Amino acid sequence: MEPTNISDPTHFHKVVDCQYACPAHTPVPEYIRLILARRYTDSYMVNWEANVFPGILGRVCDRPCEPACRRQRIEEEPVAICRLKRVAADNKGDITDRLPKIPTKKNGKKLALLGGGPASLTVARDLMPLGYEITLFERDSRAGGMMRTQIPTFRLPEETINSEVNIVLDMGVETRFGKELTSMKEVLDEGFDVVFVGTGAPSGRPLNMPGLEDAGDHVQIGIEWLAGVTFEHIEKAPKRVIVLGGGNTAMDCTRTALRLGAKDVKAIVRSSYDEMKSSPWEREDAMAEKITIIPNHSPLRYVVEDGKFIGVEFDRVETSWDKGKRKLISTGEDPVLVECDLVLVAIGQDATFPWIERNIGIEFDDWGMAVVNKETFQTSNEKVFFGGDAAFGPENIITAVAQGHIAGAAIHRFLQDGKDVNDVPGGHYSIASQKMGIHEWSYQSVISDDLRNNVPIIDLDEALKNLFAEVELGFDEKLALSEAARCLNCDVQTVFFEEKCIECVACEDICPMDCINFIENGTETNLRAHLKVPALESDRDIYVSDALKSKKIMVKDEDVCLHCGLCAERCPTGAWDMQKFLFNAHQAT
Amino acid sequence: MSYIKSQFHHPKLAKNKLGMTYREYEGSMSTLCAGCGHDAVGAAIVQACYELSLPAHRIAKLSGIGCSSKAPTYFLGKSHGFNTVHGRMPSVATGASMANKNLKYIGMSGDGDTASIGLGQFAHVVRRRLDMTYIVANNGVYGLTKGQTAATAEKGSKTKKGSEVLWSDIDLPTMALQLGATFVARSFSGDKEQMVPLLKAAICHEGFAFIDIISPCVTFNNHATSTRSYDYVRDHVLAGSIADFVPVRENITTEYGEGESKDIGLHDGSIIRLHKGKDGFDPSDRMGAINALHTHKEKGEILTGLLYCDPTFRDMHNILGTTETSLNSLSEKTLCPGQHVLEGINNGFR
Repeated sequence: MEPTNISDPTHFHKVVDCQYACPAHTPVPEYIRLILARRYTDSYMVNWEANVFPGILGRVCDRPCEPACRRQRIEEEPVAICRLKRVAADNKGDITDRLPKIPTKKNGKKLALLGGGPASLTVARDLMPLGYEITLFERDSRAGGMMRTQIPTFRLPEETINSEVNIVLDMGVETRFGKELTSMKEVLDEGFDVVFVGTGAPSGRPLNMPGLEDAGDHVQIGIEWLAGVTFEHIEKAPKRVIVLGGGNTAMDCTRTALRLGAKDVKAIVRSSYDEMKSSPWEREDAMAEKITIIPNHSPLRYVVEDGKFIGVEFDRVETSWDKGKRKLISTGEDPVLVECDLVLVAIGQDATFPWIERNIGIEFDDWGMAVVNKETFQTSNEKVFFGGDAAFGPENIITAVAQGHIAGAAIHRFLQDGKDVNDVPGGHYSIASQKMGIHEWSYQSVISDDLRNNVPIIDLDEALKNLFAEVELGFDEKLALSEAARCLNCDVQTVFFEEKCIECVACEDICPMDCINFIENGTETNLRAHLKVPALESDRDIYVSDALKSKKIMVKDEDVCLHCGLCAERCPTGAWDMQKFLFNAHQAT
Repeated sequence: MSYIKSQFHHPKLAKNKLGMTYREYEGSMSTLCAGCGHDAVGAAIVQACYELSLPAHRIAKLSGIGCSSKAPTYFLGKSHGFNTVHGRMPSVATGASMANKNLKYIGMSGDGDTASIGLGQFAHVVRRRLDMTYIVANNGVYGLTKGQTAATAEKGSKTKKGSEVLWSDIDLPTMALQLGATFVARSFSGDKEQMVPLLKAAICHEGFAFIDIISPCVTFNNHATSTRSYDYVRDHVLAGSIADFVPVRENITTEYGEGESKDIGLHDGSIIRLHKGKDGFDPSDRMGAINALHTHKEKGEILTGLLYCDPTFRDMHNILGTTETSLNSLSEKTLCPGQHVLEGINNGFR
């Protein structure tokens, strides 16, 4: 096998599992180390630069980083990365001085951002400091998009949204609130240099079944109902509520209904419990509030008798898999009637663009979605860019932020003289030794044995009484430091210099995880089979050196490396070094 | 500096017949110099005991004084241990073995502890064929006292400061062969593939097993003019025979052409299967082994591998007819059978 090319950042970037999994490539270990050093404001800023909404994401992020966390492959639970982000936000000091300066002399380019959600706000955050004049269009009376309308306040307090949204708006964004978009052409005719569409996926999917018409107000679309609660059009829920669907919105609907007075709330899903779309923790939070989750029930009809709404009838089903496709097969048992007063339908949502004329050069596909370049987020109308859920369908906040950064950078290239919009730069990285002295590192190299800490919550009775009471209290400092210490510092890389190695194999002996091997070279399969702990089924890369004096090579399986630095400490010649690899995804500059 | 090695281990780490991973045979974290060969020797002992599925509490490790003799702290943390006086490890090992012959005894010594202050003790423990594994971690230098040359340093080689070794070295395998050891081997700390099977065979051998392991001192004897440096040893090492250790009741899977391999059956039913190197010799020939050691030395080569093994010789317990039961398990009545027995013995001398 050829030696690993470590001058290409790919290998080390992939070793930092959390950062690699984060769509916005937030430098996770870097901000956790800053928390451990109690430098909360610095930690917040590392986050803010990468993901714009640390306080919001620290509460409601989909956290793709956590299932990726190396800690989970070593013990049971990943580091509570998401909740540590909240710690930085909760404890930060004044950041006014650290925010980018907004030039008073503008660069003469005007942008329209349609929709006031995370994608548009990210574009504004990235481009305002570069002198753009930006107008933000939002149909609601305040910016924030789905973060404000679809996430209940007991999970995400309004002040958190306001403070982080306002950081962006206060850069001097002109806002046009409270008006539905009706025509893309009208917007373009105003003379904007670029229009960015970040209108999200705001149409909740209806569930058309027999009885829908007669059911009337007893059946409502989940996200519309949640928005109604946010804007205080809806203040009460009836006694018995069922929510159809098993995603995060469904879980939010159940918990909101409970706070608005419902006594009996059930989430009923077609799939099995394990295949539910919601994040496991959101299911667990709902169940902690005594929400009943009924899996394997496929709805058949809304039951209305003599003009009176009774409930929903379900067929009992089993899941079977056929060539990777899920099939729900009826068990043949009698249908089940679940009586209720309100049905909330939370089975998915779509991006729809009835307000975009089809004759203004924006190509649409058969599903009614604009054709968007995945690298630049530009459409066939070169002045129109998309991002967030509007671009490729519903994802999550952090994906919208990541796409906002990419689109922002592409817009900047597009409007800058002489730059090719399609010339997409990679990220930026630095790598530097963390050696402070003999056997002394700049990071906490000792591995914590602490198990994952649970976030303290308020009393359940208190929580259910008040729609606005945030359930999670967040980590206090003691818990935060214990949790931060669980981070393995995967960005502090083990870098090997074969020319210095004398093959004493001290590193192989000391490595607690048996990552390091000195073996004969061969094909990758061959090498993987001959590791101390063979790694044939692993999809993680191995780190391969050039031939050593004995003609053997060093092969390191990166999979479960603790980054404890013992290999470097036990190396007599400095052939191993611990070097911090700091990667930042590209943003407009 | 780290003093703790994380207790986390690879989730797919293999387990032996006792359900233990090799990590459970480790000791505390080494305080020897980074890159010390002795740590690799310790790791090979851990690996050998793990592979043999030895219960850690049935092993006793004994040592004298020196870097080598510190090393037992860093392996087999759950075994018995005795760090004795300088050069006196053989006496304590003999006493321990007399009291309980049912433990596996591993002696860890160094060139000073064995070839200088303890040479007399060494000679007698070999001569008595005590049932133990005696390891010398041999680096040719007194590391603990900052780099004076040891009695095993070769004449003509130079210290780190440039002074020449004036005296001929003591070749410990030759001595062990002359004094009647029934298992003699030499290895190199940089070659675990060779060390582990040799250690397993030595531990299973009932009788006195001696292994001289060239174990470079990275701090005081790893310079260009040393003949015990990693580079020098790697360039001059010559494996006389390649040994595979085949445990009891395990199918022999290694295939060699006819006449190329030789099996040596040990007491416990395990087998050492020797695959002759290109310069092979017969490891049942004591004189042949001595000759081979010296012939290669003349050529500037360091002969390693299994040099000699005779599993038919009786060990000290056989010769003395000692009790099978450890002394602490014998009843008071058996241990002190009374006046009349003493009188019988005394009468026997009249």
